[in-house]
Amino acid sequence: MRWYRSIAREVVGLFVDDGSFAGAILVWLALVVVVLPRLAAGARWAGLALFAGLAAILIVSVLRFARQGTK
Amino acid sequence: MGTTLAAAFLASLVECVEALTVVLAVGSVRGWPGALAGAATALGVLAAIVAAVGPALTRIPLHMVQLVVGAMILLFGMRWLRKAILRAAGLIALHDEAAAFAKETAVLRGARVARGWDRLAFAAAFNITMLEGTEVVFIVIALGAGGRELMATASLGAIAALLAIVALGFALHRPLARVPENTLKFVVGVLLSAFGTFWVGEGAGIAWPGDDLAIPALMAAYLAIALCMAPVCRRVARAVPLATEEDKTDALV
Repeated sequence: MRWYRSIAREVVGLFVDDGSFAGAILVWLALVVVVLPRLAAGARWAGLALFAGLAAILIVSVLRFARQGTK
Repeated sequence: MGTTLAAAFLASLVECVEALTVVLAVGSVRGWPGALAGAATALGVLAAIVAAVGPALTRIPLHMVQLVVGAMILLFGMRWLRKAILRAAGLIALHDEAAAFAKETAVLRGARVARGWDRLAFAAAFNITMLEGTEVVFIVIALGAGGRELMATASLGAIAALLAIVALGFALHRPLARVPENTLKFVVGVLLSAFGTFWVGEGAGIAWPGDDLAIPALMAAYLAIALCMAPVCRRVARAVPLATEEDKTDALV
C-alpha cells in the first residue's frame, strides 16, 4: 500500500515545488480576498491588481532562480 | 467553452503521455496483461472517485468553489508556468520521454520475473496511471469549476486526450518523444494561470472588465510575461558566475 503515500506526495507536489513561491501566491490571494472587496467593491481595477501581484510573484521567483548561482 | 475544452485536452495530453511512457515500458519488458490490467484498474478507481466527488462539488456554493479551486489551479498552473519559463531559459533540464522510457525499462529488466501473475507489472502500471490520472482529475475539476456545462466540456477534453494517447500508443508501441511536451506545458501553464486568476477574482467578488473576455486577456498577459522572462532569465543566469547544477536542483526542491 505504498502507492497511496506516493499519490499523497504527488498531489502535494502538484501545487508546491518551491515553498516560497507557493507561499507568496497564497499570501497575495488571502490579501486580495480579504482586503480588495472592502477597498474596491465593484472597481474594475481590482482584477488588474490581482493579476499584477501574481505576475510580480512569478517574475521575482524566476529571476531569483536565475541568480542563484552567486555565492 | 472552446478554451476550456482546449485547456483540458492539452493539459490532459501531457499527463497521458507521461503515463503512456511508463505503461509502454512495463508492457514491453514485463508483458502486456499486467501492464494493461494495472492501467485499467487505476482508470476504474479514478472514474469511481470522479463519480463520488463530482456531484458533491455542485452542492457547494459556486463562489466558494471558484475561490478554493481557483487558488488550487493558480498554485498548479503558476508552478507549471514557472518551470516552463526556467526550461525555456535553459536553467532546468527539459523532460525527455525517450530517456524516461529507457530508465524505466532498465529498472524493470533488473527486477525478478515472477511466474504467473506479474504483480510488479500491475503495480507499476497502476501507480503511474493513478498518479498522472489524479492530476488529470484535478485539472478537469479546476477547469470545470464554473458550472456543470464547463465540467462536462473539461471532462470531454480530458477523455479525448486519453483516447488520442491510447490510440497512438497502440499504433506506435513506443514513447511519444516527438510530442512537444515542454511547449505544451508552457501553453497549459499560461491557460491554467489565466483560469485560476479569473476564478479567484470571481470568487472574491471582483468585477472583471469585459466579464468572460477577461480570460483571453489574462492568457495574453501571462504569455507575454512568460515569453519575455525566458530570455531575461537566460541573460541573468549567464551574467551570474559559479552557477552549479546542484544549486539549481536544490532550488527546485
